[in-house]
Amino acid sequence: MEQTKYITDKDIQALVGNLLRVGVYLSMAIVVLGGVIYLTEHGGEKIDYAVFDFNKVSLKTVEGIFSEVLSFKGAAVVQFGLLMLIFTPIARVLMAVISFLIEKDYLYVAIGLLVLAIIMASLSGGFAH
Amino acid sequence: MSVLLFTLIVLLGAFLAGFLGSLTGLGGGVIIIPLLTLGLGVDIHYAIGASIISVIATSTGSAAAYVKEGLTNMRIGMFLEIATTVGAILGAIITVYLNAGYVAVIFGCILIFSSLMTLKKKVDHTTLDYSSKGAKFFKLNGSYPVKDVETPYAVKNVAGGFFMMLFAGTLSGLLGIGSGALKVIAMDNIMRLPFKVSTTTSNFMMGVTAAASAVVYLHRGQIDPGIAMPVCIGVLIGASVGAKVLVRTKTDKLKIVFAVVVTILAIQMIYKGLSGGF
Repeated sequence: MEQTKYITDKDIQALVGNLLRVGVYLSMAIVVLGGVIYLTEHGGEKIDYAVFDFNKVSLKTVEGIFSEVLSFKGAAVVQFGLLMLIFTPIARVLMAVISFLIEKDYLYVAIGLLVLAIIMASLSGGFAH
Repeated sequence: MSVLLFTLIVLLGAFLAGFLGSLTGLGGGVIIIPLLTLGLGVDIHYAIGASIISVIATSTGSAAAYVKEGLTNMRIGMFLEIATTVGAILGAIITVYLNAGYVAVIFGCILIFSSLMTLKKKVDHTTLDYSSKGAKFFKLNGSYPVKDVETPYAVKNVAGGFFMMLFAGTLSGLLGIGSGALKVIAMDNIMRLPFKVSTTTSNFMMGVTAAASAVVYLHRGQIDPGIAMPVCIGVLIGASVGAKVLVRTKTDKLKIVFAVVVTILAIQMIYKGLSGGF
């Protein structure tokens, strides 16, 4: 029994490793693309980040970023890539939950779901205000 | 300053931060924040938002390599993530109510502490004492390959490690850093894990923890695409180059030189924070 468990773990871990790599590369590619668009749009403008202003960044919610990304404005594409990057480790937790489910380790299915619930609660935006 | 020039300077600075952060084991976050705030006059809240993104990028990138080696203890990671994510969200909520000066002072102190930790000789605390009830209940004891031989290890003081992780998570959310130094204390010294397991498991948790605080920052408008974009690209490339150089170079002397530089930066952050410069 110990042996079979080890093999499942290994298979899942290889899969998880690939997921992480693809997630990082893909999101960084989107960020770079967005960055190029952003610089062609705003490259010559003056910047000022000296004072933090809540209202300066307009793309602050998951829904907002998803609906703006197809406009192909630089800032929206960058935010979309950053959002993909944020989702990558979260997807990893989800995959870990699935692997614990396959192993019938229900204690860790519950722990994994708890971690996901904590992040989802935060994702809903309720904690930011 | 024009957007283009700012982007180029930040890209270069972030590259250096990622490079040195990976060579010394400090991480890119603790270096990019002083660069942005002291060097370019960026508000610390924007710097924190950009830094947390770079923490996700670098830790997730290196975790991809580690998981395949079977060193990461997924159960320990998942269990402690309850503490780090709750802490991270708490920290991210608190940070906006704190005066930027106080944030800078706390940051400076953590920076000095972390750089001292990189100089400290590592002492192996591993044990085969399986008496911990918490470790047994949560199935945390494990094994890892040492020269292709599966070597078992026992975990101690689960509650102590959990609370230390809560603290590490809070600082991560508060300051936008990975707080690797604190995670290593919790796992090496308190829970008695082998180095390789604690380093890789801490990396596994860092991405998830940073993602939890990043969503709070995002909703608050602290993640500005104009800063986060060059920061995460630069840090990620710098960290990958650093990891390649690290394999071939002895870093002991570099660590001392770098600890001195980081301490000077930290003192500047504390001074500026106390004198109301933020």
